[in-house]
Amino acid sequence: MTALAHRWTREHPQLLLLLGAGLWLVLYRTLIPASEALVSLLPVTRESHLGSALQFFFYDTPKVLLLLTGIVFVMGMINSYFTPERTRALLAGRGAGVANAMAASLGVVTPFCSCSAVPLFIGFVQAGVPLGVTFSFLIAAPMVNEVALTLLLALFGWKIALLYLSLGLTIAIVAGWIIGRLRLEAYLEDWVRELPPAQALSDDGTVHLQDRIESGVNNVRDVVGRVWPYIVAGIGIGAAIHGYVPQDFMASIMGADRWWSVPLAVLMGIPMYTNAAGVIPIVQALLAKGAALGTALAFMMSVIALSLPEMVILRKVLKPRLIATFIAVVACGILAVGYVFNAVL
Amino acid sequence: MKQIKVLGRGCSNCRNTIQLIEEVAGAHGEPIELEKVEDIQVIARYGVMSTPGVVIDGTVVHAGGMPSRDKVEGWFSSGN
Repeated sequence: MTALAHRWTREHPQLLLLLGAGLWLVLYRTLIPASEALVSLLPVTRESHLGSALQFFFYDTPKVLLLLTGIVFVMGMINSYFTPERTRALLAGRGAGVANAMAASLGVVTPFCSCSAVPLFIGFVQAGVPLGVTFSFLIAAPMVNEVALTLLLALFGWKIALLYLSLGLTIAIVAGWIIGRLRLEAYLEDWVRELPPAQALSDDGTVHLQDRIESGVNNVRDVVGRVWPYIVAGIGIGAAIHGYVPQDFMASIMGADRWWSVPLAVLMGIPMYTNAAGVIPIVQALLAKGAALGTALAFMMSVIALSLPEMVILRKVLKPRLIATFIAVVACGILAVGYVFNAVL
Repeated sequence: MKQIKVLGRGCSNCRNTIQLIEEVAGAHGEPIELEKVEDIQVIARYGVMSTPGVVIDGTVVHAGGMPSRDKVEGWFSSGN
């Protein structure tokens, strides 16, 4: 049976893809009415604290998980076009400016796991990718990823998702460009600078559609398998906030008229180590209780882009001064985003 | 005896890779010497950019994500 299925996928990858897309759409259409029906069957009224918390939980969990599976699968297929080796070859030997923008965009589509951040960093620098360009990549890769964008799309709508995407890219491009201008190559750890230069070669093996499908499936198993507990926990906390925290409670702490709320949100975000999956449902609930969008976005970006454990790993390749510069530049970018949003919206 | 090194900083993919290699080697009845390399300097010297990477007898045979079972099978069948 499995052998047959295996052969079938090798011979008809397009059909399989179509079939999968159809099945996904049917599931997506039926899951949401089903979850609504389920909540109406529960012996709680929608107006009660528990009722509104449960409604949030049962409505959003299936929606988010299904959307995530679809988008992560597509990203897995896209990822197979952009291996780190190929990305490095694209970036090596380019000047600042355009290269920063390219690096940030490639950061979104290149497969990236925070445990490979350091080897990737070294690989880029070794092949002659400028330091600032490398940083543009390193800032964009964890901050603007498919999990964050999916959650924003599911919980906030496409406008906010697009806004987050463009702001994240802008911060990565500008911060990388500034770091490049500061000429901080001397603050790489000595052993990194003494490594023999590497050739940026990309292996151009032919990849078939079925391999890309496999890459998509692997990405789903890998990413969704890893983040779903965070999402469920995040939506659970978000649901509790929705049901029990009084309306407009957050306005006094995270409202737009408190000038100190943005820096506070950024500071609070640094030691918190969770990923986009856990923090976004919580942020959505805070927004519903009167937090300002700019403050909430700043908090979200700080949690994701500036994490203490990542700094500890980066410390092995960067001297303290370069780490401090990195944190300062990115934090300023996030602060600017927070203030601009609070002022405009 | 094959000397196999798994390069990576101990994320779940690295642990799964080690497990998979042990499993396949066991199935082929081939004795191996498996070493887990977490030192970033050593990983960098092998030129591996995305972990986990796999090094067999000094040659990098895999980098980036967990290798598929078919690929791991390939490392063991070619020797015989």
